[in-house]
Amino acid sequence: MSKLKIVRGYPEYMLETIETVENTRDRRLKETFQLMRLEEREKILKKFHPDYKKEAKRPIKVGPNKGDLMPHEVANLLEAHPLIKPEDIDLSKPDFNVDVLIIGGGGAGMTAALWANYSGMDAENILIVQKLRLGDSNSMMSQGGIQAADKSNDAPTLHYLDVLGGGHFTNDPKLAGRLVLDAPQIIKWHEDLGVMYDRESDGTMVTIHGGGTCRKRMHSARDYTGLEIVRNLKDEVINKNIPILEFTSVVELLTDENKQVAGAVLYNMETQEYHVAKAKSTILTTGGFGRLHIQGFQTTNHYGATADGIVLAYHVGAKLRDLDFVQYHPTGAAYPEQIVGLLVTEKVRGLGAQPVNKDGEQFVYPREPRDVEASAIIRECYERNNGIETPTGMRGVWLDSPMIEILQGEGTIANKLPAMLRQYKRFDIDMTQDPILVFPTLHFQNGGVIIKENTETSVQGLFAAGEVTGGTHGKNRLMGNSILDYSVFGRIAGISTAKHAKNAKIGKLTLDHVTKYEKMLKEAGVETARRAPILLPEYREEKVLSRALNIF
Amino acid sequence: MAEAEREKKEKVRIYIIGREYKVPVGLTIMKAMEYAGYRFIRSCGCRGGFCGACATIYRVKGNYKLRMALACQETVEDGMYISQIPFTPAEKPIYNLEELSPSANVFLEYYPEIAKCVSCNTCTKACPQDLEVMDYVQAALRGDFQEVASLSFDCIACGLCATRCPAEIVPYNIALLARRLYGKYVMPKAKHVEERIKEIESGKFNEEIQKLMDTGLRDLKEIYEKREIEPE
Repeated sequence: MSKLKIVRGYPEYMLETIETVENTRDRRLKETFQLMRLEEREKILKKFHPDYKKEAKRPIKVGPNKGDLMPHEVANLLEAHPLIKPEDIDLSKPDFNVDVLIIGGGGAGMTAALWANYSGMDAENILIVQKLRLGDSNSMMSQGGIQAADKSNDAPTLHYLDVLGGGHFTNDPKLAGRLVLDAPQIIKWHEDLGVMYDRESDGTMVTIHGGGTCRKRMHSARDYTGLEIVRNLKDEVINKNIPILEFTSVVELLTDENKQVAGAVLYNMETQEYHVAKAKSTILTTGGFGRLHIQGFQTTNHYGATADGIVLAYHVGAKLRDLDFVQYHPTGAAYPEQIVGLLVTEKVRGLGAQPVNKDGEQFVYPREPRDVEASAIIRECYERNNGIETPTGMRGVWLDSPMIEILQGEGTIANKLPAMLRQYKRFDIDMTQDPILVFPTLHFQNGGVIIKENTETSVQGLFAAGEVTGGTHGKNRLMGNSILDYSVFGRIAGISTAKHAKNAKIGKLTLDHVTKYEKMLKEAGVETARRAPILLPEYREEKVLSRALNIF
Repeated sequence: MAEAEREKKEKVRIYIIGREYKVPVGLTIMKAMEYAGYRFIRSCGCRGGFCGACATIYRVKGNYKLRMALACQETVEDGMYISQIPFTPAEKPIYNLEELSPSANVFLEYYPEIAKCVSCNTCTKACPQDLEVMDYVQAALRGDFQEVASLSFDCIACGLCATRCPAEIVPYNIALLARRLYGKYVMPKAKHVEERIKEIESGKFNEEIQKLMDTGLRDLKEIYEKREIEPE
């Protein structure tokens, strides 16, 4: 690769196809590929979406979801030994005794903490436990925006239809209903916190389309929407003096003799010491599973996205759903190698960029629901062989970003997509002049822990909100509904637990569920050295790991 | 990239906290450190240039210049001496936004050291996002909230400017306060959001949503397909 001649950030051999894209641009500015009918969607999904590969999944052998299909990477974590043995943990003197324990300090966790506090719970009775730094999460990385039906030509009912259509009508209708009805008040709350949403001079929100939307209802803050919201939440959590334990993960939940969840065993990632937190209510806001690299896919996700929450919940008997459907974002970076898999926000297509093949031709409507769009790109690269190959052998299609400058005016990319522009400039690519190369990348955990409308799971004392939950999006989430999801249900979780904690009584702390889980594994004939949750991914090279001595 | 492929690649020599390693060309500092055998707990976050966890300083052999970067966004080069800054000790005073107003005094009250800015521009040179840091600190001194908000918006609070500032200013926290006040008090409010909230609270959409929830799958699919799509 080092000997390749690089021109404008691209290997010289790609210039010919870039030129073809330029040549078809004028024509394409006047035409958009047709939207697929529902039957067409179904057909392309079945043939090309990675979720439909039978060999990628297996039925889970143990627990409340026994028999359900799950990706091997998820099944491996559920069919694994818990990290701790009950006899190694002294539960007699809890280090923390709180009304609500919040596991995960991303968007959902911070929103829940603030709303528990607004609902009358004193800050000192709240504890946020966070594996990395406060705010480190997928929430912070989200670029494109947040949906809310708050304009006069729009309605929550239309938003609801979009959510269901995007999820192929597999959503939990009650959760989807809550999501769309609470959306406008979340925008208002964010405004009051100081979130700088893009607005016209009279205050009207600037909104655009996302994949699968029938109205322009995507609100954003440049393409740092997630960062802007998270830093406001973080500042507010600190201002409210809500206690936070950073670099602390949860290795197991605690239960009491009435089988309700009663806190957790915490683990200091740096000193390796454990702590016991007793809690009247516990909220899982641990996010998703991108770092499991399902089917070997690259991911857009945060370093900590290792599915800890579903493992913890499953150990205490909470039921899960829809984990067999994984969201691949249609446009991850396919070149340059340094940023492969990172997100190219859907806003790029929302502002007018079309995906095109090596011949500069369109092959899909630019904003199908994500799973459909991703499938079309995979088909173009691997069945029709119309992709562009990178020096490391990866294939991708062009996303014709210069169209944005033509359609929306020069400088639009700098104004509305500064993060994207900066990302590519760092590697000498100017996306205002040249298209960028993309391929689907693992993005979102569609399913997760089942919750009711008040965010309670099937286990008493355990609540959950955000990406760790399942049902709201069914088998496929639409763009702009994940910030909304963690905001709506994080808020409800805070309010619900403040109420719950008033009457909850916790008995004697136990880890009996761990013993029970081990027994269940044994009875199901699961013989493995695997242990879970994994807490962080492993990216050290095999040549290092194979020589590692665990002696210090 | 497959491991075997990496092994075939040309190598560069880098020095991680002073110790020499040979790593394949073309990796980011973060991936190079993992290649060398480091497993991150600190100094690694989103891995995509959004969170500021991986603030890094480096020098290249034979060059006196100290450079600042994000480990996830910078490609290794031969002779790089690398050290990371996982945490920046910084003041973050507690305030209640409801009791503040967007005036220049607010910065002098919470961050009095801002008056010590000598306009040396070291902060700007340190910024891995290439922001005009000194310009927004100066704008804050003048009480120009719009300018601070706009110039600092892409800040990821990596902390590097604060470690370099000879006046010991923490620019990114000043900018955070400025943006919050600007977003809350200066930007015009969206009236249509308040109106929609009132409609929802009055129960205007409840019946219609319930009706959709009660609709059978086939009819629901038809309603979905027939919904009108707002043109570009």
